[in-house]
Amino acid sequence: MIFKSPNREPMIKDPEKISEMDRREFLKIGLVITGVFAGGSIVSVASAAEKLFPNGSIAEKYPYRPHYCMVIRVDRCIGCRRCVEGCVAANAVPPYGWRTLVLEREVRQALGQKREFIPVLCNQCNNPPCVRACPVTATYKDPQNGIVMMDNNKCIGCKICMAACPYDARYYNEERGAVDKCDFCFETRLSRGEQSTACQAACPADVRVFGDLSDPRSRVYRLVHQLQQPVWVLKKDTDAKPNIFYTKG
Amino acid sequence: MGCPENSSWTGCIQDAGRRVFSGGPVYLFFLGLCAVLLLAGIAAGIHAVYIAGSHHAYGSTREIPLAMLIATYAFFVITSTGLCLVSSIGHIFGVERFMPIAKRAVLLSVITIMSGFLVIGLELENPLRLAVYLFLSPNFTSNIWWMGVLYSFEVVLLILEFIFILLDNHKASVVAGLLGILFGILPPSAIWGVFAMLNGREFWYGPYLPIFFIASAFLMGCAAVIFFTVLAYRVHREPLDRPMADALAAVGKLAGVMLAVIMFFTIWRMVTLAVGGTHGMLVRDALVSGPFAFNFWALEVGLGMILPFALILWSAGKRIGTLFLASALVIFSSFFMRLDMVVAGQIVPMYWELGVREYAKLHAYSPTGHEILVVLAGVGLSGAAFLLGEKVFQGFREVQLAGTSLAGMPEDDAQEPQMASNGKVDG
Repeated sequence: MIFKSPNREPMIKDPEKISEMDRREFLKIGLVITGVFAGGSIVSVASAAEKLFPNGSIAEKYPYRPHYCMVIRVDRCIGCRRCVEGCVAANAVPPYGWRTLVLEREVRQALGQKREFIPVLCNQCNNPPCVRACPVTATYKDPQNGIVMMDNNKCIGCKICMAACPYDARYYNEERGAVDKCDFCFETRLSRGEQSTACQAACPADVRVFGDLSDPRSRVYRLVHQLQQPVWVLKKDTDAKPNIFYTKG
Repeated sequence: MGCPENSSWTGCIQDAGRRVFSGGPVYLFFLGLCAVLLLAGIAAGIHAVYIAGSHHAYGSTREIPLAMLIATYAFFVITSTGLCLVSSIGHIFGVERFMPIAKRAVLLSVITIMSGFLVIGLELENPLRLAVYLFLSPNFTSNIWWMGVLYSFEVVLLILEFIFILLDNHKASVVAGLLGILFGILPPSAIWGVFAMLNGREFWYGPYLPIFFIASAFLMGCAAVIFFTVLAYRVHREPLDRPMADALAAVGKLAGVMLAVIMFFTIWRMVTLAVGGTHGMLVRDALVSGPFAFNFWALEVGLGMILPFALILWSAGKRIGTLFLASALVIFSSFFMRLDMVVAGQIVPMYWELGVREYAKLHAYSPTGHEILVVLAGVGLSGAAFLLGEKVFQGFREVQLAGTSLAGMPEDDAQEPQMASNGKVDG
């Protein structure tokens, strides 16, 4: 199962009378992580909770600890793609695949700067469509840190996860004999005691900020839990509840 | 069946072998052709997955991971379900007119599901892991898991049903058949649930697709029954008898109704896509006036809907040759219907909305020679097994009611079409 289904009925019937206990129970299910800090409209990883709780409520509990996420400060990206190179080197990504990319948008009519770069990678969703689709649980949410992992030995190569992913974040790696994807460098770095991902470490402009969203002392926490700058996610409407946040300014 | 009661199994097999080899040069030519297609396709699939690497040998890509082989798998297993459903009308629900087609339809149902399994087996990167982890590491939220389990049950039930029919054990065959219907109806809804539940894919997402494919399964079942029954009588060089001609006419009418449902659905689907989101509109444009326009208008709508519907109406339930042509067209075009449905759902890049340079164009797909050969392996298996089945089971004559021959029908009504290669029809 991906997440535990909450008992919503009594809450919806009388939202005025949500007890503190109900509220805590609701937050525990893992649907709520954040979003309300960024004005409540742009980042919406807490669909049901947003309707039930007043705007500005504090998400008290994150589903994972550490709850890994990445904040991408797009206006800082210069398109050097050293992050991509770092990822390829760290994770032995073959030339026919990618775990992270830097996309380029050109707006000729724009005043001043006409190009911007948008790094993309697996969004390590809280409600990952790929995990739901995999028939043999070869891909799964790590119960501790929330990273969407691959068990290469189980992958049957049906590629339904590739079709299911709203972020095009997966490819079939023939050398591994399994679908491959970004794991926030868990296998090659985090599990060996490193604190950063290879893409973050390679970035000269400090575009990618990686960290624990559940830790108030972390940079990602401070970047997301503020009202001054917009924070958004990609493809919010798929309701996958991603953990890659974008910001600028 | 087709074997004296007191003779041994080896005797039976020898008899069946004799019947096959005495089938005549045309029969043996097509049997040989199907066997060659089967072997060539299997070799191509093994080469693609285990030697060259599917990345190089198959046309599916990261962006379009589900392509022609998935569409072919869907084509075969949906046909299998349809055959199971159509066969049940007679021998389970007791509709007399449908009785004569039952045995052949159940065997064809087994054959087509096995063809589907063959194709998916040559598409999956690690099919052996599926056999292990489907049971050791199940994911109950996965449509593919349900599809795999239901089809596993389905194939066992179909085989049991066929054996019980052969043994004339009516009660057991009805029980197996009823369960077969249950497990037969669920998988096509499951397989299209695979697509319909991907909410990142606007063209597929929604509750109606699985229902549409049950109607589509019925249509395919009807078309396959008519197509293969007419061919079977050709194999046995016999004219259609009256009960069979009546049964095919009834199946033809059912096919007409299902075609009407599918046309209705297709019209409304295109209309609703016009007011949907960007992805849906892009796919609709690709189908109506873009790279899929020929497939959509000529193959799906023209050859797959309007022409067969007109032919079924024109046949007036009598002209079996016309019904045969309509069935062949339905079978041929529904392959492209599956292909378009699968591929078109993936042509819009996931990052289209960002307006980035890398994803400024729709994705394109064209099948490789390896993929086409694997498709032909499925066709070859179905064809070869059908031809062998006709000889081994001697045309299922026992089930048919005492054969009043087609005498009395107008000459061209009873006329049977000539078969060219690969199911293409020549008048």
